[in-house]
Amino acid sequence: MRARGLRNLRAVLAPVASGMCVMAVAAAVLVPALGHEAEPAGPVRHGASAPAAPHRAAAPAAAKCTARNAAQSLRPSSDDGAAVSRIKEKGQLVVGVDQNTYRWGYRDPATGKLEGFDIDLVWAIARDILGPDPDVVFKAVPTAQRVPALQRHTVDMVVRTMTINCARKAQVAFSTAYFQAGQQVLAPKASKIKAFDDSLRGKRVCTAAGSTGESELRARRHGASVLTVPNQLDCLVRLQLGEADAVVTDNALAAAQAAQDPTVELKGSPFTDEPYGVAMNQDDTDLVRRVNKVLDDYRDGGSDSPWMRSYRTWLRADLPGISGPPSPEYSD
Amino acid sequence: MPTSSVSPPVPGRRTAWAEGLDELRAAATTEPGRLRVIGAVLALLVVVFGAVTAWQVSDRAAAADDVVTHSQPLTSDAASIYRSLADADTTAAAGFLAGGEESRATRERYATDIATASALLVKASANSRGSDEAGAQMARLNSRLPRYTGLVETARANNRQGLPLGGAYLRYANEQMRRELLPAARALYDAETDRLTADYGEAKAWPWYALAAGAVAIGALGWAQRRHYRMTNRVFNHGLLAATAASVAVLLWLVAGHATARAGLTDSYQHGARSLRVLNEARIDALQARGDENLTLVARGAVLTGARQDFYETGFRSGMTDLAGPGEHGAAAAHSRLGAALALADDEAGRRPVRAALAQVRQWQARHAEARAADDKGDYEGALAKVIGPDGSTGESFDRVAAGLQQALEHEQAQFRSSADAGRGALGGLPVGAGVLAALAALGAVLGIGRRLAEYR
Repeated sequence: MRARGLRNLRAVLAPVASGMCVMAVAAAVLVPALGHEAEPAGPVRHGASAPAAPHRAAAPAAAKCTARNAAQSLRPSSDDGAAVSRIKEKGQLVVGVDQNTYRWGYRDPATGKLEGFDIDLVWAIARDILGPDPDVVFKAVPTAQRVPALQRHTVDMVVRTMTINCARKAQVAFSTAYFQAGQQVLAPKASKIKAFDDSLRGKRVCTAAGSTGESELRARRHGASVLTVPNQLDCLVRLQLGEADAVVTDNALAAAQAAQDPTVELKGSPFTDEPYGVAMNQDDTDLVRRVNKVLDDYRDGGSDSPWMRSYRTWLRADLPGISGPPSPEYSD
Repeated sequence: MPTSSVSPPVPGRRTAWAEGLDELRAAATTEPGRLRVIGAVLALLVVVFGAVTAWQVSDRAAAADDVVTHSQPLTSDAASIYRSLADADTTAAAGFLAGGEESRATRERYATDIATASALLVKASANSRGSDEAGAQMARLNSRLPRYTGLVETARANNRQGLPLGGAYLRYANEQMRRELLPAARALYDAETDRLTADYGEAKAWPWYALAAGAVAIGALGWAQRRHYRMTNRVFNHGLLAATAASVAVLLWLVAGHATARAGLTDSYQHGARSLRVLNEARIDALQARGDENLTLVARGAVLTGARQDFYETGFRSGMTDLAGPGEHGAAAAHSRLGAALALADDEAGRRPVRAALAQVRQWQARHAEARAADDKGDYEGALAKVIGPDGSTGESFDRVAAGLQQALEHEQAQFRSSADAGRGALGGLPVGAGVLAALAALGAVLGIGRRLAEYR
């Protein structure tokens, strides 16, 4: 009986083993196209003898995108191409932003003005392309509408705490990373919860539906029960009302929550890598290079760089200990 | 049967009942004896007829009173609770959008809505007739309302500090309103409506026992007179004739009065209660659409439906579809609330305010489209002005829709009241009248028989 069982097992496994290589290649090609929010856990193995992977001329990086090189972008240049000329002719830069994320992109109800770390960056890009006092149209784009808005060209770019990953790079182009974020735990200062670990056991953890936090919690629950809400900020409401004990979201958004409630803080350290980039249409390669050049200038200047000044204004209080921007990586 | 434990009646001794029966049998063998029995039975039948009539008519009159003074007001109070809650939620969102510039009028409107809902809840509890469903819903509303107002105040406080958390609190408050309070108010309204329908049913039910008792009494009187005619060859016995006339009068009064009451109540239901229900629902649809419109600007795309559409904008559209049908121009669809209200309104005075409300709904939709276009273009301030501004805003259109519906509601309420009062009036005096006439009829029967008896002395 047992011998036959083993033989059967081997018979079943043989085609699996031979198909492994093909599957790895297929995974490398398919995973981005499936549009997952989360990155594959480890670097995807890449078949060297990949038979004719479908390369796209407009985005050569998309086909061989891995978690490790996802943040690579095109080298900076200030040459005007079709996209930059289009914006200059319009005399107007249309940017998709968030209006709800405190410290990043947020409309102050007292002034009616948008402000935050993302908004500072938008002004820097607009000034570079259109000169002083540029005409910027801020459009509120919901999370799910970011990619369609870029593909339909209803916005020129999206600056909205948007994580660079392979799934999205198959659909839109990204600048170099301008902020290094990662999923982190937020809890009351007095709480015994220490990080994304077993100190969550028996606790009620809140996260936004469809977010990276939700898929991380699905993979590793650490004994916690999970409460999902429509928007990450709803988690802070639940936390304050005692309906949740902790929040899992990325540290940039968690910091925005901590900025609104002095009794909570970020716990432990980020347990994922989520670089933020400026997203653009894949056809607008000249605009990508232009934005990368703006980002170069934005990072330049050490502790007095525009990046550091913006960081100190909006983020340092709740995200302390960052000494500078992430360094750019290029694919060409 | 424990027959063995009961000692059998002693033979030779007879029961009182058997002895009485024997006496009656003995009496019935003579004509005076028979007349005495007939007289007693006739008087008894007429009195029973009067009593059953008074009892059944009082019952129906009480049910008709309940319709007018109890269940209809309670139903409309329940509708007002629902409306106040929905209006409070809508107003809270509008005030939130105005932020630090929230007007005193908005603040007061919210406070009045909450106070109205609380006061009506207390009133409804006091008038509750022990219906479990209504009681459970009132308890639910009483426990959830303070929680809701707490969330709204927290939203306000955060918003005034410029924190986006305020918006999240307001959305949570709205969710509580949608998922807990409004369904409870709706269930309360349904329970009160069921009660109203039951009261209508009771008031309109034919008084069959009274009618049957009347038929039996009149039949017996007829038989007695026929017997009298055959025995004496005399056509009239005045006493019996008066008794018959009084009994027939009671029966006719009963049939006519009840038929009139029934017609009035049916009319008040057809033209009043049904219209009121549709109009109340239309008002609630308008309120929810308005609340969703405000929340679209509060949430700014933070909440999406399963189909990746803005949650609140989708809610606005479905509210408008319920209200006036799927189109954005022209007449309301027949199955929509306003279409149904137009069909139910039975005079021009009832139709005019509904038509006015529909025209304002169309204007609201046009203005809403402009506000959405402005928001989509990135002109948030423009969209805000188009939604909560003083002139030419969707808020203005909404207020006019609400005013039109209010006018229609008042008209239908008046119609309801006058039809129901007419119906109720038809039963007035009938119980007392039936009692007096029946007493007279019994007297007549006894006197009539007594006159015959005298002939044997």
